[in-house]
Formats: sequence, structure tokens, C-alpha cells
Amino acid sequence: MQKFETLTGIVVPMDRANVDTDAIIPKQFLKSIKRSGFGPNLFDEWRYLDHGEPGMDNSKRKLNPEFVLNQPRYKGAQILLARENFGCGSSREHAPWALLDYGIRAIIAPSYADIFYNNCFKNGILPIVMDARTVDQLFNEVQANSGYQLTVDLPSQTVRTPKDHSVAFEVDGFRKHCLLHGLDDIGLTLEHVEDIRTYETKRKQAAPWLF
Amino acid sequence: MRTLYDKLWDSHVVRDNGDGTALIYIDRHLVHEVTSPQAFDGLRMAGRKPWRVNANLATPDHNVPTTQRAKGIADPISKIQVDTLDQNCAEFGITEFKMNDIRQGIVHVIGPEQGATLPGMTVVCGDSHTSTHGAFGALAFGIGTSEVEHALATQCLILKKSKSMLVRVDGQAGNGVTAKDIILAIIGKIGTAGGTGYAIEFGGEAIRALSMEGRMTLCNMAIEAGARAGMVAVDDTTINYVKGRPFAPKGAMWEQAVQSWRDLVSDAGAKFDSVVILNAADIQPQVTWGTSPEMVIGIDGKIPDPNSFADTVKREGASAALKYMGLQANVPISSVAIDKVFIGSCTNARIEDLRAAAAIAQGRQVAKNVKLAMVVPGSGLVKQQAEQEGLDKIFRDAGFEWRDPGCSMCLAMNADRLEPGERCASTSNRNFEGRQGQGGRTHLVSPAMAAAAAVQGHFVDVRDIK
Repeated sequence: MQKFETLTGIVVPMDRANVDTDAIIPKQFLKSIKRSGFGPNLFDEWRYLDHGEPGMDNSKRKLNPEFVLNQPRYKGAQILLARENFGCGSSREHAPWALLDYGIRAIIAPSYADIFYNNCFKNGILPIVMDARTVDQLFNEVQANSGYQLTVDLPSQTVRTPKDHSVAFEVDGFRKHCLLHGLDDIGLTLEHVEDIRTYETKRKQAAPWLF
Repeated sequence: MRTLYDKLWDSHVVRDNGDGTALIYIDRHLVHEVTSPQAFDGLRMAGRKPWRVNANLATPDHNVPTTQRAKGIADPISKIQVDTLDQNCAEFGITEFKMNDIRQGIVHVIGPEQGATLPGMTVVCGDSHTSTHGAFGALAFGIGTSEVEHALATQCLILKKSKSMLVRVDGQAGNGVTAKDIILAIIGKIGTAGGTGYAIEFGGEAIRALSMEGRMTLCNMAIEAGARAGMVAVDDTTINYVKGRPFAPKGAMWEQAVQSWRDLVSDAGAKFDSVVILNAADIQPQVTWGTSPEMVIGIDGKIPDPNSFADTVKREGASAALKYMGLQANVPISSVAIDKVFIGSCTNARIEDLRAAAAIAQGRQVAKNVKLAMVVPGSGLVKQQAEQEGLDKIFRDAGFEWRDPGCSMCLAMNADRLEPGERCASTSNRNFEGRQGQGGRTHLVSPAMAAAAAVQGHFVDVRDIK
């Protein structure tokens, strides 16, 4: 997993609540057996005017000029600004894979769906929770200033605006540690092989039907 | 005094990591073709093997065709995904019910049907509707593919304990009001993010009165209220359902298991972080009108006016939903005509669901304006049982199509889908934009309400079908 320390990047605003993972990456692209290559189909149904299918040459498809990702001012965005309950619905990890493949490394929203939130950390994406008022203010600033950038600093748990205003955010210690060092948590769990074996021996006695 | 969730959590802690997380043991891992290939690849790349191979059970469900299955899968990309599951299961020695096995079906239907889901278990699957299995007094939740790999490799997950919520539904549900209506009413009340960060226990008289099929429908949609896990305490209904199933314990071990399962209830006086109370008698048959499951009203209701929402984000959401759905505010939902009907999915494709729909379809005809009404059983065994009961004939005579089991048009990964602008009465779980096909318009309802809409050509109160 890619490490996450600090990031300064262009912010793209996604101004709607309850953006679900079906919208982030539609089902037809879930047929892939790979982890990469989902970026061109991120928000496919909103981003293109035609119906997308796997295997299409996306560079030849007609873009929806109204859709925020297609506006030149947000080209190269690495930070997604979103509304309540971002990433709800399906558990598909293809959603963070698509965001990452597109170039998004951090998300700022008032709240996330649990599974999506968890999946982000497994892929080197930092989902930041900020109160709705601050998020509202950021939406106003992004919309008013072309090329608007934010600096996300994970070690100090702050987001800095271009005017050097700093906003603190919370993140679980374990998740922060894994992100900062790009750790694979299977490796971490396998450091506790003996604990797992001890648990299994005990459990087998108490509930043998489970084995 | 502990809640059911506390008990399930405590009995699965392998190790407290001391940082707010714990290593939690996973008893059952269900696997399907869409969210597993990258996890198996990960195992191979790291030179790892499944920790406990018999904890896993696999079946293809999302991509499988629901017609002419003997001919195989026509879509080459879908075929690769299903073939990849077959190869991975063969390579690692995982039990798989393949596409043409009678035991194949939607993963959340076959787990309980086989007794592979048992009370007191932790159950995970790379699918958000894994919450279904909580109906058995189990801790069951959906995971992403990284966690699928983690569960395969270690039989554990690193988790942070959720807060607990009790959703209590008091009194008796009226005639024509099903588990689907109850859960939609709950989501309508607490919102699609109302359960975020919580594990929900459903309790109260109306929940106790539900069959296991009903409880599965209820827990299935806990995720639509934002909760990763939903659960119902164990009682005689649970134990009677599990008894005699292929993977369930037998003989002396059965007696031992039952004794242990009797404790899978919240202690009297156990504290929940949040309590929500509904009165079953207030719940009408439900129909969703928008693009989030919380956008739901009773069949006697009118489509809301976006201006009636005080909150700006909600108002704009309602406005966008009406535009996408092609609906006008203040119109009675019962006047809305439909193009297609889908009876199926991990929410409502069990035998009881098919019986409820067939009871309405019997002796009636699918309305002329309905282009397609399809019934997709949840598993090969549900299909077989329905055919033994003659339900297939009732559906066919009424003009419904009788299909082979799979996820089908719940998410339209196979050939079953809505065309742009088509409106569907669906027994599935998500009415998101494009969920059943790009531009498709989904209204979530119970199986009986879907059948009633099919024969009337528009939404109708199932209680008015005499």
C-alpha cells in the first residue's frame, strides 16, 4: 500500500449527499478480476453521455461537460470534497480503487458509510471527517477560487487552506500508523499467529460444531 | 448485563490490541465471484494459503444468467469471472456450489439454507448484504476485498467495536404488512445513515413474530440504514429453522449447540447506545419514491414536495431524485404506472417471499402495460421447492417469467436489466440511480406489493386485492 504523509492538491467538489458506490463505479466494471484500471470509469454514468461498458476506448467517448470532474479547472484533482454519507451502499472495494486510480488520495466529507470508510484506509486513501459547516465553507471557497488547493498533513492531523487557515481532524491511531508507513495489515495480524491458535483451541472445546 | 452484540463480540476476541481495535475471529466466510479474485491473487503473490479452508463456502451469483444456463455464460467477461472463482476454489480446496449445482444460489440465501450460517457465529463476505445472516443471532457484516484476503489468510479481522442500537417494533403488524415494509419504515424513520457506526439489534413483538425468512429480509437491509450489522436474538423460531440442515450440528452436538445458543439474547436491562421505537400498527405497505431507500412512503401516501424538506441538502436531494425518477410532487404513489417487475434478490427470494407473491398472482394476469414481470428464486433449492408447491405454474399462468437463481436484476450485472427510463416494482434493496440498469427507475416494495403492481399495472395497496 502507498504511504500517506502530506499532500497538497487541487480540490474537486462533489456537491450531493448519499453518493453511493454504484455511482462511484457502476456494476459492469466490477467484472474485472484486477485491482487497477478503474480510473477512467470513475463516476461513469455521470461523467460520460453514453453508456459505458468494459473494454471501450474511453478516450473516444463523449464527456458530460456539466459533470464536475470534466471541468478543466478541476483537472488533476487529488482531493475530493463531498457531502454526508459518502460511499454508501455496496461494499465494493472497486470504489476506492477507482478513486485512487483516478488520482484521488484524500476525501473530505461530514460523514462516510462504514464499509467504504474502512476500504479507503486499506488502499492508501485518507477519508477525513469534518463538521458540515466547515465542509460547507470549503465548498464555497472551492467554487469561488479556480485552482483551489488544500494541504493535508496526516502526522499533525490538519488540513491547511491557501490562506493558511488550519483545521484539525481526527483519525484512529492504528489506521494513521498503517497509512503513514504503508503497512499491509495481514502481515501485522500474522505476528499474532500464536494468539489465533490459542483462541481456536479454546473455542473448539466450547463450540466444537463450529470447526 | 450485556447486549447480544456484546456477547457475540466478546466470544470472538482473539486479542485486544490496546488501541481501540481487536483481532476478531471469523467463523464463516462466504465467497462469490465479484469481490474475491483480487483477494486470491493477493494470497498467491504473498505465498499464503487460506488459514482454515473449511470455514469458507463459495458460489457464483452476481454474474450468472437466469435463462438457458446449460448453454453457459454468453458474456465473455462475466464468464472469466465465474471461471476464475471455480479455479481459485479448486486451487485452494474451498467448497463451491458451481453454477449448475442445485445448491447454487445467492450467497445470502444459500448460507442459511445449508445451515452454514449458525447462531453465535461471526459471518463475513465481500458483500454489504452479509448483514442478512444476523437474523440467526450471528454477527455478520460485509467487507471489502482487502478484508476478504485478510479473512482468508488469517481467519481474523482487525475491528473496532461499533456502538449498539436497539430498534424495537412494538405491537402486531397489520394484514399485508411484511418484514420488507417494516425495514423500509425503519429506514424511512432513521435515514440511510441513521445506523452508521452502529450494530443494530431488532427486537419487539412484531420482530419476534417474524419467520426466519422475514428476519433475514429485515437484517438484510440494516446496511441500507447505514449499519454494517443487524441482528435478531435467538428463539425457537431460529432453532427450528436451523435443525436438520446439511451443515448444522447433529446428535449430541446439536443439543450442546442449542443449549449454548439459548444465551444469544440481550440480557434484561442491557444498555444500548441508542434506542428507536416504532409501532407496528402504524406501518403501511411501503413504496420508495426516490433514489435512496430512505425516500419511502406508505402506499396511501403522496410523493413529497421537495420544498417540504427544511434541510438544503435533503431538499436538493429530493429534487434531483424526482427528476431522475420522472415523478411529480404531490401525486399519489398508487397512481404511478410501472413497466417491469422484479421479484428476487437476497432481500426477497426465499420460499416465503415466492409464496406471498404467488398468492396475489394466482388466477390473475400481468397487466398489459407491464413489459416484463420476472421471478428469480434465491437458490436452486428454493426453485425446486417452489416447483414442488406449484408456484412456478401459478406465476407462468399469470404471465410472469420463471427464471434460474442468482442476483439478477437487483444489480443487473448479468443480462437482466432495465432500459433507460423504465420503471420497476422491485423486491430488491437499492433504488440508487442506475442500480438496475442505466437510467432505470426502481421502486422498492415487498413481494406481495410487487405482484399486486404487476397485475394492476401500477402501485396498489395489496390489502385492496381481494
